[in-house]
Amino acid sequence: MADALVTALQGRFPSITERASADHPAVNVPLDEIVAVLRYLRDEQGFDLLMDLTAIDWSEGASPRFTVVYHLLSTARPGSYVRVAAACAGTEAEPTAPSIVSLWPGANWHERECFDMFGIKFDGHPDLRRILMWDGYPYHPLRKEFPLAGIETALPVADIEEETGTRVVAAPMAGGPFVASTGEINLTEAEPRAKDQSWSDRAAQPGQTPLRQVKE
Amino acid sequence: MATEFSYPDSAAKAAQAAPAEFETEKMSLSMGPSHPSTHGVLRLQMELDGEILTKADPVVGYLHRGDEKIAENMTYNQFVPYTDRLDYLAPLANNMAYAIAVERLAGLKVPPRCEAIRVLTAEMARVSSHLMGLGAFGLDVGAWTVLLYTLEEREKLYKLFEELTGARFTTSYTRIGGVTRDVPEGWLGRVLAFCDQFLPILEETLALLTRNRIFMDRTAGVGVISRADAIAYGLTGPNLRGSGVGLDLRKDKPYSGYEHYEFDVPVGATGDCYDRYLVRGEEMRQSIRIIRQVAAKLPDGPWYAEDAKRIFAPPKDKILTSMEELIQNFMIVTEGPQIPAGEVYFEAENPKGILGFYIVSKGGGVPYRLKIRSPSFCNLSILPKICVGCLISDVVAILGSLDFVMGECDR
Repeated sequence: MADALVTALQGRFPSITERASADHPAVNVPLDEIVAVLRYLRDEQGFDLLMDLTAIDWSEGASPRFTVVYHLLSTARPGSYVRVAAACAGTEAEPTAPSIVSLWPGANWHERECFDMFGIKFDGHPDLRRILMWDGYPYHPLRKEFPLAGIETALPVADIEEETGTRVVAAPMAGGPFVASTGEINLTEAEPRAKDQSWSDRAAQPGQTPLRQVKE
Repeated sequence: MATEFSYPDSAAKAAQAAPAEFETEKMSLSMGPSHPSTHGVLRLQMELDGEILTKADPVVGYLHRGDEKIAENMTYNQFVPYTDRLDYLAPLANNMAYAIAVERLAGLKVPPRCEAIRVLTAEMARVSSHLMGLGAFGLDVGAWTVLLYTLEEREKLYKLFEELTGARFTTSYTRIGGVTRDVPEGWLGRVLAFCDQFLPILEETLALLTRNRIFMDRTAGVGVISRADAIAYGLTGPNLRGSGVGLDLRKDKPYSGYEHYEFDVPVGATGDCYDRYLVRGEEMRQSIRIIRQVAAKLPDGPWYAEDAKRIFAPPKDKILTSMEELIQNFMIVTEGPQIPAGEVYFEAENPKGILGFYIVSKGGGVPYRLKIRSPSFCNLSILPKICVGCLISDVVAILGSLDFVMGECDR
């Protein structure tokens, strides 16, 4: 049975479909209507608090690759939430979504974080810079193809790199508590990997450059 | 040898220089990332006209550890210690919020005793977090004594945490479907004894600030956040309530049995730094009220969900003696608790504000995506708005009154 709120939304915006959800009312919205839907929810349904704005990466080659998800809370009807999701437009390398900073100024940082972590371009955002990683960082770490250990990159400050010869290096993962793959797990891969003591941050991994190259 | 000095008439010279012709320029100043008033590693890039801010741009991310990425690569129970390190001043409250989020996804119901223990620890965490926030706020605006009082009380709480969980700071107390262990014998009595001796000291500590002329001058009317702004920027917790919005999820969407306890939700009138201070002070009194109620009627029974065979590790003595339980434990450790596919968004009223977990599962023991909605992150996003036009010294008071933790902001 559909929630009353979902029915009201579908009456107003016929293209909305209900989204499977275990807890709160949830809807899927076409991307070009997302701003109108959120404005309707804020102004006419009393969902005045934007609690969260985030994205999901459905892994490489999936269609849609990225989905943006909004969680709204109502202060007028305490405790009622609604989840709104929309598939991103654009290419896999550069997905896009409309910005909602004009509706909630608080969305500013959330959208910057989404851009930083997933590379989603929010059209109309006043100041779309990275927020958690440093400016000029070349990757978007929460994308599924980005390895957990990280990728070797240059330091944020060029002259320190020149002076010390240090780079941002991938973390040694040997013996970590991490399991191998996400979602479906098979037992062999899920076992914690054997401790490989042959390399550390001082002694290089076989076939790799030494991790720390501090000039004496 | 005679030397001639000339003494130009300085008064006459000063009169010639018209003050209107002084050239002024704006100054760019970076406060932090290592500055006592930034409570960690926040950097505030300020543009100053004299001593007045014309622009403020908070730079966050110095403590970014990629918790959300890490969560996608480990089982649900393995992630519990990472939640300690979000708001590291209230780890017990984070543990609880995360555990409830996963339990909602798993459709798991924990027994009343477990719920009550969680409420009890979360409220103790709230008191300890507010004590630190209050002490640091006092320190920021020059009231050094307050910190000495609050740290001593916080230490007593940490002793109790240590007895309960084995750790003072990084407690990792909850598991999916329960808590790690039952409360030790006699511990509740010691919690109540703490409450009894704490309340007079709390009043004494608050009396150091509440009618303190200097403290009021530094905070009253400073950093005013209007009701509309607080909502628009997604502020939560004492910062939102300080602006007069009475949103408290413990009342509005009770979880873990908060509906069984009586407490009041304080709200501010003007939304300035002083109001936020008053709200935190009152919240501590209310937390003590809740702690006393929980301790008075702590339900008996199991403290973990017994029906959750695939989720909760069996008791240690069973693992050592029974084959079936041993296999079950092995599966839970290697594959993780088996959580059905779906998505869940759960928010808890934490000391710093509303902490939310959005978990997308494709089934199995590992979340597909885990997003942490951190209150400090949202609370800080209002800084560019409220800092403009303030003095630098006001910024220090504002930062102290927002009571944020960078470990949670940067994740």
